[in-house]
Amino acid sequence: MVFKDAALTPEEMPKTTPVPRQHGRMPTGVSWRPLEPTTDKTVLPGGRAVHLDRFPVEEEGLKTDPLVEDLMVVNIGPSHPAMHGTFRIKLWLDGETIVKAIPEIGYLHRCFEKMSESHRWQEVFPYTDRLNYMSPFLNNVGYAMAVEKLLGIEIPPRAQRIRVILGELSRIMDHFVCVGTNLVDLGALTNFWYFFRGREEIYSLLEHVSGARMMVAYGRIGGLMRDVHDGFEDEVRALLVSLPRYIDDVDKLITNNRIFIDRARGVHAISPEEAVDWGWTGPCLRAAGVPYDVRKAHPYYDYDQFDWQVPVGTTGDVYDRYLVRMEEMRQSLSIVEQALDDLPDGPVNVDDWGISPPPKDKVYNTIEGMVAHFKLTFEGIQAPVGEVYSYTEGGNGELGFYIVSDGGGTPYRIRCRAPCFAIYQNIGLTLEGCMLSDIVAIVGSLNVIAGELDR
Amino acid sequence: MAELVAENLRRRFGDDLQRVTDERGDLTVWVDRSRVHDVLEHCKRDRELAFSFCMDVTAVDYLTLGVTPRFAVVYHLYSLATGHRVRIKTGVPEDDPVVDTAVDVWKSTDWFEREVYDMFGIRFEGHPNMKRILCHQDFQGHALRKDYPADLRWKLMRPDDLVDEISEDEMKRIRARVSHPISE
Repeated sequence: MVFKDAALTPEEMPKTTPVPRQHGRMPTGVSWRPLEPTTDKTVLPGGRAVHLDRFPVEEEGLKTDPLVEDLMVVNIGPSHPAMHGTFRIKLWLDGETIVKAIPEIGYLHRCFEKMSESHRWQEVFPYTDRLNYMSPFLNNVGYAMAVEKLLGIEIPPRAQRIRVILGELSRIMDHFVCVGTNLVDLGALTNFWYFFRGREEIYSLLEHVSGARMMVAYGRIGGLMRDVHDGFEDEVRALLVSLPRYIDDVDKLITNNRIFIDRARGVHAISPEEAVDWGWTGPCLRAAGVPYDVRKAHPYYDYDQFDWQVPVGTTGDVYDRYLVRMEEMRQSLSIVEQALDDLPDGPVNVDDWGISPPPKDKVYNTIEGMVAHFKLTFEGIQAPVGEVYSYTEGGNGELGFYIVSDGGGTPYRIRCRAPCFAIYQNIGLTLEGCMLSDIVAIVGSLNVIAGELDR
Repeated sequence: MAELVAENLRRRFGDDLQRVTDERGDLTVWVDRSRVHDVLEHCKRDRELAFSFCMDVTAVDYLTLGVTPRFAVVYHLYSLATGHRVRIKTGVPEDDPVVDTAVDVWKSTDWFEREVYDMFGIRFEGHPNMKRILCHQDFQGHALRKDYPADLRWKLMRPDDLVDEISEDEMKRIRARVSHPISE
């Protein structure tokens, strides 16, 4: 498609009266480009009718906005370098103070829940990877645990330990990205390189384990995709040596840094009661002083047997969120070390061919193995009728999966309780009164991941 | 643990509880939708229950299972003090898909209820901003209903000025705060 405007000569350009632009205000009543009338409905090949709206005109929104005369209207997002993902906040500014802020989400909505209903149980894993794409393996674990709860099975000890190790490394990755990018937005680029180097090292481990760097899809119902490779333990031990250095380096640069403290302390503070009422979970809730961590409150996979602490903040501001995340990374490293010390041997999948695929030599050499493999691939895992809600500690908080099964190879309904969704919903109210420059610090510290927010 | 919660709710609401089940460790309480707000409020305010978190609000469309009423709105509550969890479910018929809002009980239900409205078309009576949240404002139908085709595509581009989310009172309040008004 060629844009008509590009071919116009200066004489052909539509005549508009220029309105002098006042400082800080958008001129109104100017037609920026000619309206192109389009049909309201068009029919695509295949006979499906598609509703075509009119060509979008930016100022249409401004014209109808009764506040535009008195206040400056700024859209941050949906595509903005300081917004980590595609979401939009419309701001009404009085000077640099935010008078009103309204968030708009849904730009990355890709119907995860609807799509799950037409896939077999084991085919949902790639979709879960793309929820919180900063820690994909934690989403795999969350979903797998929900289906395992529905099936009423327990996975072998070795699989549990590997889930803990890779899950905690994913959590570190998640916090690396959150803290690193948050600091970039505040002008501290060096920390970003430190953290992303560590993240690359974890990616390399995940690539060895699963074949993919980012979207691992390594979890399986009843265990894991495959056992870890030889030398896995050595690689994790190497990470245990290298990762603390990055954390310490950033700690030294930032924790007592005057510039960061000025930008972060007291910004977007929230009381524990408010945070609970808004459904906050994860590091943001703990920064407000509520020690709720699913791994401690409802331990799964022997989390109660490891020696680790839940860090909590006092004020819930951006600075406390930073401190909580930094400490959580250290605690996660400690958990990884303890989990690695007694990594048990044995299988990584349940011994049930109706849930985990049979080993390849059985598939190719025995009729039972081949039939089981065929039925598992074509009909899927035959789950019983029922409903479960299962919850794990994701990178941002309680990651819940509510599953309804009508007794078949596909889920009847999958609902993902995304921690971001609850954390982000009071952003409009809490931004009021803040300064414009605080937004990048606040949104970064909440660690809102659009993939999880919009699903 | 679950008996404690069930017993408390039975004591308070008696026959208003339609069904109480405890499967796979998840306590589920079915209530009539005329009483659901009372039950939720009791769950939060009662000192023994103290469900401080409303973790999730969602819905299920039972169309293809042939269950009546067609929809069920599902609340997942969690108590920080006791560690209990409970699932409250209420049936919603297709011809009158309205439930009382729980925004006055937990603020966290704000967006969750908007999402249920967006995806299932179930409206929440008394919600301050019952508007679509994930789909575009011009989107027709409700995507997670079972009779909505998964491959239907829309091309919607009209930008949302979001002004409809500001109430009259708030507009007055904002106007009063502007330091250099020019529209007077």
